[in-house]
Amino acid sequence: MAALCESFTLCGLGPSGGVGLDGGLLALEPGPDRDHVLLTDRGRTATLFKVSDQKPLGCWSAKHGQIITCPVVCNFETREYIAVHDDKVLRIWKNTDVNLDKVFKATLSADVYRIHSLPKGGPVVLFKGGGVRTLDVLLEAPQQEIENIISDEVIKWSEAFMEHQQPVLIFATEKNGDSFVYVQKLKMNYLHKYKLERQELSKALSFTAYIKNQIITLLCLSSNDSVYKFLIPLQQNTEKEEQILPRSLLLNLSVSGSVLKGTSFVVLDKDHIAVLGSLATAGEESKECLTIWNTKFQTLQTSKELPLGTSGQIWCYEKKFFFTHGKVLTVVMYKCETSSLAAAVGKLKDSQAPDVSSFVDWNTLGDEELVISFQSQQSVALKPESRMTLRSKKNTVAKVQPDTLSVGQLLLNLKDASTTVFENELRQVMSKGQMPDFQATIGCVVTALINRCKTNPKYYPRNFLLQIVQNQDLSYSLCPDLMVVALEKKDLHLLQICLQRFPDIPEEITYACLKAFLSISDAYLQRIDLNLESVICYLDIEFNDKEVKTEIVENGFSTELEQDIWETKITKKLHGTSDGESCPVGPQKAALLNAVLRSAYSETFLLPHLKNLPAQQAVLFLRYLYYLYVKCSEKINTTLPGTCPPTVNQIMDWLCLLLDAQFSVMVMLPEAKELLSKLHKFVRAQVRFYSELNKIEGSLQELQRLNHQKDPHTYSVEVLELI
Amino acid sequence: MGEFEVHRVRFFGLVPAGVRCLAWQPRGDRLGLARTDGTVEVYNFAANYFQEKVIPGHEARSVEALCWAGERLFGAGLNGEITEYDLAGLCVACSVDGCGGPIWSMAINSSGTQLAIGCDDGSVKLFQVVPGGIQFEQNLDRRKGRVLCLSWHPLETHIAAGSIDSFRVLDVCSGQTVQRIMVNYHVKKVKQECIVWSIAFLSSGTVVTSDSFGRVQFWDWEQGTLLDSHTVSNSAILSLAVSEKEDSIIVGTSAGATYQFQLLPVKLSSQEKRWIRTKPFHYHTHDVRAVAHSSTALISGGLDAQLVIRPLMEKMQDKGYEAALRKFTFPHRRLVSCAREARLLLFQFSQHLELWRLGSTNGTGKDGDVLPLSSMPEHLVQLKSKGPEHIYCSCVSPCGSWVAYATASRFHLYRVHYEDDSVRIEKIPKVSKLLLPAYQLQFSSDSSSLFIASARGSVHVVLLLEPGGCRHLHTLQPPSGSPEAVYLLALSADGRWLAAVSGDWAIHIYKLKRLKHHCTVPMYSCAVTAVAIHPVTNNLVIAYSDQQLFEFSIPEKQYTDWSRMVQKSGLHKVWLERDSPITHITFNPKNPSHILLHDTYMFCIIDKSLPLPDNSALLMNQCILKQLPESARQQQLHAFKICKKFQPLLFADLLDEKCLVMVERPIMDIKTQLPLPTQQKKFGT
Repeated sequence: MAALCESFTLCGLGPSGGVGLDGGLLALEPGPDRDHVLLTDRGRTATLFKVSDQKPLGCWSAKHGQIITCPVVCNFETREYIAVHDDKVLRIWKNTDVNLDKVFKATLSADVYRIHSLPKGGPVVLFKGGGVRTLDVLLEAPQQEIENIISDEVIKWSEAFMEHQQPVLIFATEKNGDSFVYVQKLKMNYLHKYKLERQELSKALSFTAYIKNQIITLLCLSSNDSVYKFLIPLQQNTEKEEQILPRSLLLNLSVSGSVLKGTSFVVLDKDHIAVLGSLATAGEESKECLTIWNTKFQTLQTSKELPLGTSGQIWCYEKKFFFTHGKVLTVVMYKCETSSLAAAVGKLKDSQAPDVSSFVDWNTLGDEELVISFQSQQSVALKPESRMTLRSKKNTVAKVQPDTLSVGQLLLNLKDASTTVFENELRQVMSKGQMPDFQATIGCVVTALINRCKTNPKYYPRNFLLQIVQNQDLSYSLCPDLMVVALEKKDLHLLQICLQRFPDIPEEITYACLKAFLSISDAYLQRIDLNLESVICYLDIEFNDKEVKTEIVENGFSTELEQDIWETKITKKLHGTSDGESCPVGPQKAALLNAVLRSAYSETFLLPHLKNLPAQQAVLFLRYLYYLYVKCSEKINTTLPGTCPPTVNQIMDWLCLLLDAQFSVMVMLPEAKELLSKLHKFVRAQVRFYSELNKIEGSLQELQRLNHQKDPHTYSVEVLELI
Repeated sequence: MGEFEVHRVRFFGLVPAGVRCLAWQPRGDRLGLARTDGTVEVYNFAANYFQEKVIPGHEARSVEALCWAGERLFGAGLNGEITEYDLAGLCVACSVDGCGGPIWSMAINSSGTQLAIGCDDGSVKLFQVVPGGIQFEQNLDRRKGRVLCLSWHPLETHIAAGSIDSFRVLDVCSGQTVQRIMVNYHVKKVKQECIVWSIAFLSSGTVVTSDSFGRVQFWDWEQGTLLDSHTVSNSAILSLAVSEKEDSIIVGTSAGATYQFQLLPVKLSSQEKRWIRTKPFHYHTHDVRAVAHSSTALISGGLDAQLVIRPLMEKMQDKGYEAALRKFTFPHRRLVSCAREARLLLFQFSQHLELWRLGSTNGTGKDGDVLPLSSMPEHLVQLKSKGPEHIYCSCVSPCGSWVAYATASRFHLYRVHYEDDSVRIEKIPKVSKLLLPAYQLQFSSDSSSLFIASARGSVHVVLLLEPGGCRHLHTLQPPSGSPEAVYLLALSADGRWLAAVSGDWAIHIYKLKRLKHHCTVPMYSCAVTAVAIHPVTNNLVIAYSDQQLFEFSIPEKQYTDWSRMVQKSGLHKVWLERDSPITHITFNPKNPSHILLHDTYMFCIIDKSLPLPDNSALLMNQCILKQLPESARQQQLHAFKICKKFQPLLFADLLDEKCLVMVERPIMDIKTQLPLPTQQKKFGT
């Protein structure tokens, strides 16, 4: 729950400050340290405050006749203050400077709209014509020409972020009631213009934005008492055309009959926003108040009446709201806890470290937030009305903004396109990356591919599918037909990767894969490219042994003679199929079977399918499992070497499952008899071995204890080097 | 920097005594702790858990219970006496006979004015806490069976007393037993007696008992009914403590586990609350005889000598270093002294001293090599202290020919003669009794005088005379006086300066030529854990329990530039987050810029000529430096050269320029010397 705490007065305001929309302050910016704020009024004065002490630490004024036109900001790196007066004159000074007239001065060639200071990126200057420079660049040549990007639009709001150590500037402009948003990455020379989707008869009053995972979320307070959300992906191909950003309703500012006419607002955390405005109830006089809203549940969480009136501006730093109330600047602390079960039970302490940065650091939020935003995005996209409007606008919109076309429609359009065009388009869709519902999009793409495969039996984009499955986090349920088609086409490599990656393969498909793998001949498999990581280490052991042994033999013995003997032994080993020591299947098949062994399954659902496995294949599989089990048991830690081999538990589970399913067949089959008796003997030997170990456990422990006691190193002289 | 020949000593057979009882003082943020050998210790949680006071034990004075009455600490034991401890003077202030045989338990009322004791004869007696001592007040109803545990009702009207098979509730005014409840009534194995080991009286009228059947039970004492019973383990539950808010309970079992119980609502936002067992912990290998509950942490002490402080995550505002688990096994002061010139080590045990001569080697090698020994270490002398008192302090002179130690009532000085292969030891007679009490001893570097840290801030100076004698020369005292005992001494190598640290954390410096007070180091708000004076510059280096380091120039009476620089730039975060205090500081006369210091888990050489590491640098970078080529090292070097190879480190000192001695005490060696735990869960049993 969110709550507003006691308020206190930071300072009184002069005649220029105070109530009313034209009054108020120019801006409030974070100071050089925590708990410090810089206040710039609409006249010629800037003051630095220590908030908790409610006292000013410094005050600077421009000369009479000059007006500070751009809020004073602090350069966090150099701890200098930067201001602009009379639109063009830049001033930079330090804490120790007293007279603003004597500090560094630079006259610029264009009017400055605002300066944004970023904690690690330095100050960025935004000009009224939309040009952006970092302060460093600007100071090198103050008179440099500044381009005008926005012609006759007027900047209403701007904000800056750091993204991957790069400053990103976003600003909103207005022209004839239309709102535009520009996103500019300074170091990349990246400028993108968007038009905001417009609501009839309403006007954007105030903006705020935050950045998370390369997506800027722009919130807009509209004059029809709603807050809208726009998502702006940062990783987009630079296309020249301007795009229209679709909006989604985040919050309606109405509560049981009364409507909040918001004037400005701030984002508190992933679920909360605070709105300053006047609450109008029908038949009553409207009251100005500060409110906190939960956007997740669309509820008003708390509010505070401000009877003396405000200037309609609000700032929020370090869990404190700042706004003018009557003739004073008031500070209200707030608590805002994530709505969680823990909070409901009362087990959550308000211990979150306050954020130092001026905007909320969305990267620290958990991923679940992202999921939620995806879901909300999806749900918006799926709303029937919005789809209908899209269709009605199709003709006009399709040309202007191909990006906003839903993937479904794109796929529909591409239905009859040629194979190469089709694949290219799909590749392009995927390369966009970081779309809000990327996962679902990929699912659609794969489904489209598979549908095409079904209709056109000759078409099978082997490499493309492989690439998608390898690079994206797909799951079976997103593209249910993929594995079926791969089975039909005998695309074993794709099947292997699917088995390794998909968490939700139905048992029926697992069984189908197993059966397919067992039935394919080793000769055929040898020609296929597969991932052999899981087998390479233990299947090669015999081979390695040979190498090592010949080396040893070379010391003083006739190599050739010995080698002959070894070779015969090895060939015998490899060909003696009855020998439990050698692998009954080739490495390719073993790799495929390992993929099956490692996949997730439920016994109850797998068992009925396993009963249908042909006897010969069952015996082969059992033989392979037995081989793996023996291999596992060779090592003291009962694990197979290599990357991602099946664990001993998986092997045992499959052994049991197979024997359960095929028991009657196995008993009847003569060739299985020997295998079963060997298996039985081996397991019995293991059980005996472990029970013997159990018996001497006490003695072993005692030995260990004695070892500790008789540690002879009670004294030694050692060399120690310290550098 | 250089190579050192390290004498790695592991033959100091110290076995810390088990923890018997704990008493938490919420207002002072201090913890009183008594060990099975009768030692009483006070830990100051505000000063980074520093072991602030130690009152050595006494053979005949076991402590079964500790209680804080405001700032005063009381103990009671099987000798039948109630003892008040003088925390400023680190000794027993007074004791009163309880007249009821051995005392098993003691509890203080919530206002801190009355002590109740539970005696072997089954009586519960009340004593009033008066200035300067305690006074017998009242005998409550006596029943058969020793009273093993006591608890006051917070309103001070009733006392619950646990015994064998039952517990009673006594009315304080009338002195009568108003309720007696049999705790083994429901159990079938009645042949075994059920011992109520610990009891707590909650303000709601609920009595909580823990017993030898492994149960924690909640009783309504007025009705005599069992409200709730939790069988926590198969082993006995020996200890129990309730938080001040009465919403959390910690219990300790004889299997070494501790469990937390919490009073939680049955349903979300429901008024009805129940006690639920929430968190199990297993930090001890032996019986947990004592537990305490501070407002933010669970504290437990076991017979394995460990004190464990486990902060409760939900009570901590800061989730970082403050919320880390703390374990203390070793004392926060040194029990080893070293004779540099003679290469001797003196080990202090509770009732005897051991003098060892180090071995030697002729070999050389590179880092990590173990050198062949040309002579083995030699156990020269074992000095047994007579009488029941434990040793307070001990010291061997740098030349090795003098050994001194002190107990609570006696001071001993010995002259040691080394003749060929034999050692002859000669006791100096007629050592003045006036030198007592002695909390710390320090010989001058030329072995001509002995400094004795004593009570009320004073330091005695004793001249050592050849062939064997001594004379009390002077007593140094702080100009303004001090009630606290001096617990640390540091002497300059040239014999001109002496620094003395008293229990109020004030550091006084004396000029020894004139035997006068020279100056006082500015007060710092934390306990001093080690001091030493640099042999060349006469700078005093001070280590505080919050891991801060200061360097104070004695001749100039101010902090040095280096010290100011350290304070300005701040020490490394990892350094400040260490949890054991620095117990010894020494210097290398050949390298005046080096400071050698150590705590339990690391040995460190600070090279003042190198830059300090900032928080982004790796503090423990020795491993990395060793892998770098010579040219690349220069950029990575910083002032802190830390070696964590020797652990747990009880003592480290420089023997000569290239030679160090490190005294280790591996935990495993202690474990093997402890008796087997009473009960231990083994797999499959």
